[in-house]
Amino acid sequence: MSDNVRSETDDSPKKAAAKKGRRGRGATKPGDIWVVVENEGGTAGRVSWELLGKAAGLAADLGSRPAVVILGEDDERLAREAFSYGARVAYIASHPSLTPFTADPHCRALSQLARKYKPEAILLGATTRGRDLASAVATDLKTGLTADCTSLEIDEETGLLKQTRPAFGGNIMATIISPDTRPQMATVRPGVFPLPEIIESAEGEIVSTKPRLGDDLPVRQLEFIPNPSDAVSLQGAKAVIAGGRGMKKAGNFALLEELAAELDGTVAASRGAVDAGWISHQRQVGQTGQTVRPVLYIAVGISGAIQHVAGMQESDIVIAINNDPDAPIFDVADFGIVGDLFETIPALIAEIRKRKTAGGAALDFTAGEPSVLKKAGKGAGKAPTEDAENTPDETPRDALGGGE
Amino acid sequence: MNRETRSSISSVVCVKQVPDTTQVRVDPDTGSLIRKGVPSIINPFDLHAVEAALVLRDKFGGQVTALSMGPPQAEEALRKLLGFGIDRAVLLSDRAFGGSDTLATTYALSCAIKKIATQQPVDLVICGKQSIDGDTGQVGPGLAHRLGFSQLTYICSLQEIDLEAGVIRAWRQREDGRELLEAKLPAALTITETCNQIRYAALPDLIAASDKPVEVWNVDDVGADRALLGIKGSPTRVKRIFAPPARQRGEILSTPGGDPADAAALLMDRLGERDIRLGGSRV
Repeated sequence: MSDNVRSETDDSPKKAAAKKGRRGRGATKPGDIWVVVENEGGTAGRVSWELLGKAAGLAADLGSRPAVVILGEDDERLAREAFSYGARVAYIASHPSLTPFTADPHCRALSQLARKYKPEAILLGATTRGRDLASAVATDLKTGLTADCTSLEIDEETGLLKQTRPAFGGNIMATIISPDTRPQMATVRPGVFPLPEIIESAEGEIVSTKPRLGDDLPVRQLEFIPNPSDAVSLQGAKAVIAGGRGMKKAGNFALLEELAAELDGTVAASRGAVDAGWISHQRQVGQTGQTVRPVLYIAVGISGAIQHVAGMQESDIVIAINNDPDAPIFDVADFGIVGDLFETIPALIAEIRKRKTAGGAALDFTAGEPSVLKKAGKGAGKAPTEDAENTPDETPRDALGGGE
Repeated sequence: MNRETRSSISSVVCVKQVPDTTQVRVDPDTGSLIRKGVPSIINPFDLHAVEAALVLRDKFGGQVTALSMGPPQAEEALRKLLGFGIDRAVLLSDRAFGGSDTLATTYALSCAIKKIATQQPVDLVICGKQSIDGDTGQVGPGLAHRLGFSQLTYICSLQEIDLEAGVIRAWRQREDGRELLEAKLPAALTITETCNQIRYAALPDLIAASDKPVEVWNVDDVGADRALLGIKGSPTRVKRIFAPPARQRGEILSTPGGDPADAAALLMDRLGERDIRLGGSRV
């Protein structure tokens, strides 16, 4: 065994927690709720602000503060942007080794900050970067980490972070807690939480730190090739028009583009259409693609496998168009049209154009922000199937909180 | 492990036996998982990890060891991999491992890898990018951290290994593009499904593999601390499980044999009622 292998001097999580002293529970003031900003050369990933909106709510419930961690250069501009999205504190760790991102120095910088400032929870985007970093840091801090959460809440009684996530390919949901270790760590996919409102004049506290990092990095970036410029982000689209195997061939997606143009929307796809090679993987919605939560989701020729539904079920209004009346997509659709998509879509385009000519303007999604719509009565359909309690012992927990 | 000069590349591939998740459901009445009749498969991403290790061994020489943690029946998965041509199969199996979350799992696996490293070189640890049952992708990075290996996740293509310099160069898939990374060996990789094509095991190899041994190690064999394993060693707790929140089935707007134009008009009316409006109705 070479000395390159880290010696295992860890305490068990429980012992570690006991040593640190239990926080939360009102005995001492709970720590801040941190969001690690996806800092790409001074530009924040949208998911960071989505998480910050959630962190602000959690912090309010807990009586603590939402904070951001900016790893990279000493960038106060990014900190101010974070304040406008609701952060009260910005911890900045600046070091040349932090740009471009590699896991090891980011892990060491974040772990050092967490050990010093003791946050209650750390939230990261469930991106290739966030997952990479979160796993390493949770291992370093010997604390609990829950991946791909779709819901985060503070338990009123215990003050613990209740982290709900899908498992088994979306077939079940599990609520995970980390009762004895801090910080409680979670990753959340982009698009799961809405962007908070911007308050331009908001201010906050900046804590600038210099992490102790060497220059001898185990991993170096030699080259980066960005995606082609026609790559699209489905995040933030108000209308998503998704095609599945029913589209029959790549050329038919032009029909969806035409509809998307009328709705000022974006074309997406199910895995079936992507696997068939009709459309780029970057447009895939679902478990192995992206999660979207548009105002309007139109599923065209998509059967509605649970893996697909997992990526679009937070949409406000779902419309399904499919010639199979038994397709499961109709079970999750607010409105269904059973029929030939090659007749229905042109009819829909014609109808929209007719109404535009009569009325003058485009479909107006600004009136349909998600929160407004839910209050308007749609939300009722999404009540969880209460309340199937189960003991952890009956549950293969490696697949719930753990596993690979 | 941190060898001065390398003449070959030996890998430990971590594999997991998982239920075929397309068939797992929650009983709506009891809230428990229905696993009866659900077949077990090798986590599909892990097969790409095995393939990557085999390709490297065939090019550079060395050994491929498959390591799995699970119940005794996981031996079946490892035996199948012996048929694919791996050199050695190790199953970590002990009741004390049961109930481990990712933190405890990486501890157990790292203990086993450290033991393997006393017996043979370990230049690479290779995992699939995630399992299909847990979907966390946490074990690979966690192992890298525990072992002090270079951490390379979401590797979509292996470029080269420079034995003399002791580095691996590989492409990592990000949301916004691909990056070429150079990492010092030893390294821990997680591999995406686009990294390679899985080979098919020839039937004679599969048959021959049925005679090859699968080494089974328990907690004491790997010298692990029981306090860091299983539920005791796992900071996370499953508070409850439940069926996914279901959207309600809504309204079917078409009639069999009906005019698509009528359905389209009705749909636009309904959207208007939901405040999804055409500009004309905007006040």
